[in-house]
Amino acid sequence: MTTILTRRRLLAGAGLAGAGLALPGWSRVAFAAAPTDKRFVVVILRGALDGLSALPPVGDPAYAGLRGDLAIPAGEALPLDAMFGLHPAMPGFKAAFDRGQLAAFHAVAIPVRERSHFEAQAILETGLGQGGGRDGWLNRALAALGERDAGRTVAFSPSLPLILRGDAPATSFTPSALPSGSEDFMARMAALYAGDAALGPALAKGLEVQAMAADASHAGAERGGDMAQGPAQRQNNLAPIAAQAGAMMARPDGPRIAVLEAYGWDTHVGQGAADGQLARRLANLDAAMSALAEALGPAWGQTVVALITEFGRTARPNGNRGTDHGTGAAAFLLGGAVKGGRVLADWPGLKDAQLFENRDLAPTTDLRSVLKTALSGHLGIDPARLERDVFPGSAAAPALDGVIRA
Amino acid sequence: MIKGGTQVMQATPELALHRFGLGARPGERARLGDPAGWLAGQIARQRDPDGYDALPRAADIIRAAPDRGELRGDAMARRDFAAEIRDGARKAVAVRMRAAFVSDTPFHERLVWFWSNHFSINAGSKLRVAPFAFDYERSAIRPHVTGRFADMLLASARHPAMLLFLDNATSAGPNSRAGRRREQGLNENYAREVMELHTLGAGSGYTQADIVELAKILTGWTVRPKEYLDGDDAFVFAPNRHEPGAKTVLGRTYDEGEQAGIDALTALARHPATAKRLARKLAAHFTADAPDDRLAARLEGVWRDTDGDLGAVAKALVAHQAAWAPALAKARDPIQFVTAAVRAVAGERASGLDDAAQLRLLGALRLLGQVPFMAPTPQGWPDDTAAWFGPDQVVERVEWALALAGRVPVQADPAAMAADLLGSLLSAETHTAIARAPSPQEGLAMLIASPEFMRR
Repeated sequence: MTTILTRRRLLAGAGLAGAGLALPGWSRVAFAAAPTDKRFVVVILRGALDGLSALPPVGDPAYAGLRGDLAIPAGEALPLDAMFGLHPAMPGFKAAFDRGQLAAFHAVAIPVRERSHFEAQAILETGLGQGGGRDGWLNRALAALGERDAGRTVAFSPSLPLILRGDAPATSFTPSALPSGSEDFMARMAALYAGDAALGPALAKGLEVQAMAADASHAGAERGGDMAQGPAQRQNNLAPIAAQAGAMMARPDGPRIAVLEAYGWDTHVGQGAADGQLARRLANLDAAMSALAEALGPAWGQTVVALITEFGRTARPNGNRGTDHGTGAAAFLLGGAVKGGRVLADWPGLKDAQLFENRDLAPTTDLRSVLKTALSGHLGIDPARLERDVFPGSAAAPALDGVIRA
Repeated sequence: MIKGGTQVMQATPELALHRFGLGARPGERARLGDPAGWLAGQIARQRDPDGYDALPRAADIIRAAPDRGELRGDAMARRDFAAEIRDGARKAVAVRMRAAFVSDTPFHERLVWFWSNHFSINAGSKLRVAPFAFDYERSAIRPHVTGRFADMLLASARHPAMLLFLDNATSAGPNSRAGRRREQGLNENYAREVMELHTLGAGSGYTQADIVELAKILTGWTVRPKEYLDGDDAFVFAPNRHEPGAKTVLGRTYDEGEQAGIDALTALARHPATAKRLARKLAAHFTADAPDDRLAARLEGVWRDTDGDLGAVAKALVAHQAAWAPALAKARDPIQFVTAAVRAVAGERASGLDDAAQLRLLGALRLLGQVPFMAPTPQGWPDDTAAWFGPDQVVERVEWALALAGRVPVQADPAAMAADLLGSLLSAETHTAIARAPSPQEGLAMLIASPEFMRR
């Protein structure tokens, strides 16, 4: 049975006796050698980011007219090339672009034309050519990497998102809304679990990840804001959790692969342009990525962050100064290991006849090409394995050469 | 007393409450004289729990929904409607949780939960599924948990929640009138899951061709549109979507029409592979991830002998010695864990929980990773111990136990409370650890987070 949180191997791996939890302070159980020292972060932008605002094609003559009030003025967009700019709320992305650490992609889409958030997000996460999968492409990538330690792949979420569900071990982590128990209490619990083959090792491992997070959270609080905020605030403020993720991943014994989830992109009403609702969300995302980079420190040089969303939004504004569910979207590969400073797009154009179903930016690049670029170029997963196990049926969407630093 | 191997397997009140129920309330174990009889008495149709009648049924939900035209092009109205649905869903979950906190027939509730999870829907998957989630369990699952499996399968297949969740509602035969107009095409999602998950199981010999043929048989099974709603039936067979002609599934040929769907699903329900697989799944749920083979075989035999009488199967389960093994092999999932904690701590007072407490408990379920009606895939929530005892989850359960203990007045000595609730299930180590806790609150937290309480 597919599990929500798959730790069979971890638990079966024993070696982590509950009684081994030394006091005071948590014993650091030595990690096995990591299959990779590279860092890979997937940021899922749930709700459908408007690519025509985040990565505005200000050089397309149809853009301003098509978008009306929602268009990012050419003079305010942060210029990338003759065609594209970045939203003015994304100075961190612009700086990364200028350093060659950002590759931007436009007119990308999942392989299925689907305008339901849930169904499209499912496909975004299963990586399949149709609905209905039970495990995620990132989990299958872990299997291809031979990952065996649940502590090295962390979803910073209350439970494992579909992208990480499957047979390979991974764990979820959220800074608990609950106060943690005192060391004395946790030691008593560890002793109580000493005879339990499942609970003992699980508590030890959980406390270890928590201790690592606590070490990291001081740095996180400085860089990204207050970790001790409520869940609702956390959901709308990715920066603290990104900073914590970065601080944990910076450690030699820390996670290598992480998933972050950012919400609030479903801008049906009052989307705004250079300022407004979407601008605030983008500013927060920009701050979060800067916090992640800063917390990773030197490890940023070995990092690729993939920012993906389930679909784009309608090319024209709707009647509520917002946009509805569309098709072609933007995506980003960000990080010190990216050979960027480029916008990669087979640009379809924005004239009425060029729109998909006369309403959406037409998709010209399969999102799986972008993801395969990171998985093969950065994590070194064999292309044949990618084809067979991670993104089956994606032969027509090859990885792109020259986007990851050798 | 039942003798099994060298172990003495006894049908004790504590195991009846703990393994087959929702956890003991204070004093309950000592009062329960005849555990086997207590369980057997719950294997019959029960009155719906308090509060259930106030919640809308499928037809009411369709009737009350705004017209499609009203929502089209009006993002504000859509947003309000979505907020209303979410609010309704939260209330329904609270009613369901409260029913479990106060239930006097907890074994019956557990059977409802088991079968509801077997025929899992996800209220979070599509907004249009969410309003129907509560009624789905109440109307399609609950009435049949001690009745016939085939009836439950049919009720599930015809309920809007399942029709919408697995897309049969929008499936149309390629040669049907709707299909020829290319309005919609064949959707095999439900047909696939009904064979793979609800009945036969993967690897039992059916083919992709069987799935497609079953999907064709079921074309036209859909949700009754508001404008055609007259009584309480939210299901309709729409002939204009139905694929014409005969179809063949697992070697049997079916005519066109609604009855073919009923016959085909009934055949799946009565298939030996279904009996074998689901008897084992039920045994695994109540006893151990790898259940005793004799127990599984016994349940399978009863299933086949009684043509899938789930009441008879449940009776066979609690009558079997292997079901009473003293080792607590299964993990309580978060819903069972939180429910057991509330019953242990609040007892009869659980009926008086205020809205704020209810909301906190829903928050606890979210934190611990299991919100009712929100299983992430059509497979339902996982049922194996490893899925619920992950590192982050165990830490969170311990922290939640501590938070809960800090919130309630600790009236009794926690060690005495542990002995009252758990009886012979309480290990000497746990009893001693609780007794030595530095404060009553920490003692209570240790009881709630103890291996005995986390397991069943």
